[in-house]
Amino acid sequence: MTKVSMKVNGKAVSRDVPDNTLLVDFLREQLRLTGTHVGCDTTQCGACVVHVNGKSIKSCTQLAVSLAGAEVTTIEGIANGADLHPMQVAFNDHHGLQCGFCTPGMIMTGIDMVNRYQAQGRELTEEAIRFELEGNICRCTGYHNIVKAIDAAAQQMSGMAKAAE
Amino acid sequence: MYQTKYHKAASFDDAVAALGAAEDGKYLAGGQTLLATMKQRLAAPTDLVDLRGIDGMVGISVDGDSVTIGAATTHAEVASNAALRAVIPVLCDLAVLIGDPAVRHMGTIGGSLANNDPAADYPAAVLGLNGTVITNQREIPADEYFEGLFTTALDEGEIIKAVRFPKPRRAAYQKFPNPASRFALVGVLVADTGDGPRVAVTGAGSDGVFRAEALEEALAGGFSAASLEGASVDSDGLMGDIHATPEYRAHLIGVLARRGVAAAG
Repeated sequence: MTKVSMKVNGKAVSRDVPDNTLLVDFLREQLRLTGTHVGCDTTQCGACVVHVNGKSIKSCTQLAVSLAGAEVTTIEGIANGADLHPMQVAFNDHHGLQCGFCTPGMIMTGIDMVNRYQAQGRELTEEAIRFELEGNICRCTGYHNIVKAIDAAAQQMSGMAKAAE
Repeated sequence: MYQTKYHKAASFDDAVAALGAAEDGKYLAGGQTLLATMKQRLAAPTDLVDLRGIDGMVGISVDGDSVTIGAATTHAEVASNAALRAVIPVLCDLAVLIGDPAVRHMGTIGGSLANNDPAADYPAAVLGLNGTVITNQREIPADEYFEGLFTTALDEGEIIKAVRFPKPRRAAYQKFPNPASRFALVGVLVADTGDGPRVAVTGAGSDGVFRAEALEEALAGGFSAASLEGASVDSDGLMGDIHATPEYRAHLIGVLARRGVAAAG
């Protein structure tokens, strides 16, 4: 057992866990943040995507103990109180889901790609969105509405970034 | 995943000592292959020694016509580094094709080279660009580094610190991904270097990455797609599996090499 301390959704947390505890199990079993899902468990489907120090990673393929001191953001941490994140709103508006199992990972991946492209001053085209979704699998709807949702959220987030300047 | 003991190494000495004291230890970097393998119980190291905290393991430095990339530098950093793109753009173009965005945020160049998966992308870059693998003990030229499937010249306990690449005159990487796994079914890196043309092939060789000498000889007469007309790769020694026969892989190597030379300009 090792004592692991990190910041999750802005809150300092600390737990004693076995060294082989995966981040996703730390989040779900220790912190009861069950919005992050385990789909494939083989680093392929992306249902477990969270942000670590601002970057999207697959939480099923990282040891919690290696992330001591990290800042982790999960699907539970992106809304501002009752106000949903623009990416969440867009998935709702564009019906970017059917069963919803992959949605937390899709949304965390969507936010990451929009932030990254904006920071690098690159245009997030439809083709780019589809390329960036390489590591997220949806088995219900296909991807059209997911792509539309991310595109709409990107416009919204870019407007917000400009308004803040 | 079986139980394991995690160590975070603060220095190379610390890492070597921790591995030496372990019953069956392994070095850990981004973990995008090793942890996935451990979850499938195909690997069960008693100890993991994390190298990412060692000073100087992360970063990209450009020194004239040579670039050095720290072993724990992630694929995402390589793909998006502007200074690197100005000198050896093919490395950025190759790195952005590895795995997916989340994997690229964690996976490292050193981890990929230490593992030497026969379908990984970086081995083609190091061999094709005539890179040098720098370890905590010595410098290993690319032509001596890759020894076979998942096998390298690294000794037990030896750690990759960085990889150095000389700037080629021009180079390109062409990848035909397996439609399901997205690993290279065949990947070809062609480079016009000061020491002649080099063609490195990943995904296809039964012994891992290799140089396609027949294509290099053809390109010695002129670095153009036209020089490759009529040149072919022997299917002997190529992998055959459910996804592609050795003959199909041999065909793809020729196609991708021609596309690569055209793309290199």
